[in-house]
Amino acid sequence: MRFTRTSKALGIAAIVALAVTGCGGSGGGGGQAGADPNKVITAYSNEPQNPLLPANTNEVYGGRVVELLFEGLRAYGPDGKPVNALAESIETADSQNWTIKVKSGAKFTNGEAITAKTFVDSWNFAALSTNLQNNGFFFESIEGYADVSAVKETKGADGKTTSTPAPKAQTMSGLVAKDDSTLTVKLSQPEADWSLRLGYSAFYPLPSEALKDPKKFGENPVGNGPYKMAKETGAWVHDQSISLVKNPDYNGPRTPKNGGVTFKFYTDPGPAYTDLQGDNLDVTDVVPPNALKTYTTDFPDRNATKPSANNSTLNIPGYNPNFQGEAGKLRRQALSYAINREEITKVIYNGTRTPAKDFTAPVLDGYTDSIPGNEVLAFDPAKAKDLWAQAEKIKPYDNSKPLQIASNTDGGNKEWIEAVANGFKNNLGINAEIQPFAKFAEVLNLRKAQNLPGLTRAGWQGDYPSLYNFLGPVWATGASSNYEKYTNPEFDKLLKEGLAAKTPEEANAKFNKAQEILFQDLPGLPLWYRATPIVWSNNVVKAETGWNGGILYYNIEAK
Amino acid sequence: MIRYIIRRLLQVIPVFLGTTLLVYYMVFALPGDPIAALFGERQPPQSVIDALRSQYNLDQPFWVQYGLFLKNLFTFNLGVDFTQQPIAATLARIFPVTAMLAIEALIIQAVFGVLFGVFAGLRKGKLFDSTVLVASLVVIAVPTFVLGFVFQLIFGVQLGWAKPTVGANADWGNLILPAVVLGLVSFAYVLRLTRTSVIENMNADYVRTATAKGLSRPRVVLAHILRNSMIPVVTYLGANLGGLMGGAIVTEGIFNVPGVGNKLFQAVQRGEGPTVVAIVSVLVLVFVVANLLVDLLYAWLDPRIRYE
Repeated sequence: MRFTRTSKALGIAAIVALAVTGCGGSGGGGGQAGADPNKVITAYSNEPQNPLLPANTNEVYGGRVVELLFEGLRAYGPDGKPVNALAESIETADSQNWTIKVKSGAKFTNGEAITAKTFVDSWNFAALSTNLQNNGFFFESIEGYADVSAVKETKGADGKTTSTPAPKAQTMSGLVAKDDSTLTVKLSQPEADWSLRLGYSAFYPLPSEALKDPKKFGENPVGNGPYKMAKETGAWVHDQSISLVKNPDYNGPRTPKNGGVTFKFYTDPGPAYTDLQGDNLDVTDVVPPNALKTYTTDFPDRNATKPSANNSTLNIPGYNPNFQGEAGKLRRQALSYAINREEITKVIYNGTRTPAKDFTAPVLDGYTDSIPGNEVLAFDPAKAKDLWAQAEKIKPYDNSKPLQIASNTDGGNKEWIEAVANGFKNNLGINAEIQPFAKFAEVLNLRKAQNLPGLTRAGWQGDYPSLYNFLGPVWATGASSNYEKYTNPEFDKLLKEGLAAKTPEEANAKFNKAQEILFQDLPGLPLWYRATPIVWSNNVVKAETGWNGGILYYNIEAK
Repeated sequence: MIRYIIRRLLQVIPVFLGTTLLVYYMVFALPGDPIAALFGERQPPQSVIDALRSQYNLDQPFWVQYGLFLKNLFTFNLGVDFTQQPIAATLARIFPVTAMLAIEALIIQAVFGVLFGVFAGLRKGKLFDSTVLVASLVVIAVPTFVLGFVFQLIFGVQLGWAKPTVGANADWGNLILPAVVLGLVSFAYVLRLTRTSVIENMNADYVRTATAKGLSRPRVVLAHILRNSMIPVVTYLGANLGGLMGGAIVTEGIFNVPGVGNKLFQAVQRGEGPTVVAIVSVLVLVFVVANLLVDLLYAWLDPRIRYE
């Protein structure tokens, strides 16, 4: 696709040569008058990977549909601030025992009432290991989760272990519907930020038909959100589109400003970008890499780039002998000082990334850019050289093989990794290169098997707006996405204390204290935060992204 | 004749087994774990991954996987793909779209290619002939994807004559633009093939005899020159049909056509063995039938060719 720019130039040249006029000025001038609240907008997407069940959807294309079809106890505002949606109130005295009052009168679009029991049933369904829901682990804090999620490990003849669901209980003991409007939740330990998660899609309520036949339901889901499927059956045309229309009975915080959203599926973002240029599509959140430098001029006044809860790091496995002990610590710092984050974000990413200042993301509550120890994120070749020389005195670096940086190259990672590798070469005098893989899964396999020869690219997108979500699942001992198996009891302890804190402020202070430890250990080097560039057509007034980089489809006004 | 057809159709069996085995093995040998690839940094519990792996028989050795696939195939159970959609339904959705595209492209190639080729051949060395020769050379020289992007930008975005992409509206009208792009290169080849053949046959003895017998010019051209010039062209078109059905990955990608090429590309990327092999199996049948038709056409075009 590298040739699109050339072809575009060719195309424009051809146009000029043909001197075709007349069709030009029709788009822009027209109706800036008023927004049409009933017009349906079209949006870029792709085929969801799973039936549309909230607790089973853990990828963006299904996630964006589920978020519009359902409403949870809470919802996230554009800035990531959680507001109560179906919850009347959420109270706790000790961060462990929670009492949630569910608003009365809420209904699914099929007329079924939503009560406290709906949530109990839906959450138990999602957590039960035999139901194989991808997001079942989101309920891990609730007492009794260990029993419903239990698995049996069996060793096969080839020595591989297979885990099969073997729940010891069907429901979580900590989850009780006292009456129609009261839901009590007991966690297995205090967690101050637990209520922040309640806007995440795994916690959405499900109508009873979903629990009976999840697969069938996932084809034509019935929800309670700002939108509903355009038809009772067949609104999802596989590999082509999903059509949603406004739910007239919705009265939550995310009121739709348009008549509906049709997600058109593209296997490649390039054609979607072209469609937008022809006003054949209304909004996309994936600007193809070759258009990153031109999207602001291709779509003047019709583009936006807002930071989102999303970061990239360069992880250094603790099992690499070159980076162990005191010498390893100095070398990790040296590597960090040798990366010119400022320049890479500007030149390669054209400003759609901003240099990282911590291990989380700036849109989160409690974020600070002045965590002690984060000075290692500055570009300082002299310091890098100095630290490297100090390390050499302790233990010489094994330079027989180049330092490899593992990454999949299908997502446009090659350029920045080469820049980083050159930084290592020029400033530290070591051999460094990209270790390319065709697919992300190959890198992940090496990471899971603790078998990386060098460093690896890593990244995290927030599930819910909380500092903890960027630290716990990624760096805590034994956490689900801690593939390099970093461990530090001090860090774990601070996280735990943060979770047990009485107020969010207190919790955030602990989490940031925990980050200081990460900056001392540097199990990974924070690189940059991501901003999501979006562009929109002449048919809509304006579009914007929310805290997690997803487009706020309900907020788009059509004209 | 009937025996010949049956014999040819029986050849499908080894070809079919061979190709499916080969393709299945190639997808199997792709590096990386296709189930892990379905998820990003955030992996689901191991039990979910293991359940998926056993659902797709990925926990079995290769020969068992392939055997199970064949067994399911012969019981007309193609299973589901990685997005839990029945593969049979996918095939039923993508093949008609690509067939429409291929037919349009084939018509463009065959009708215009032969027409232009015959006129160029008959007027060898004249202005029309030279112009057409140069123009077709340009078309052959420009890669398909450049043509695709340029046409998309000119006719889709700037002029607005067609939709820039096809997407969910895959009908005859919307497929014309991609069909033109797809057919254009082969159109140039057909044109050149026809032209050369016509020039060759114009000097043949039987043409001179026909003219000497006093047959009208149109009759000589249509019944004698054209019919005899068609053999290489038909061979080319037959081979090309298979390519049009399966190999339009670039064009289908540019115009976002929900057809075979797009799906095949996606399935290969995801390492979805069963989907890839199911699509390829149908393509094998298309190839075989197309080649059979070509061979039968030979006999009709040139009665000297016999198959007994």
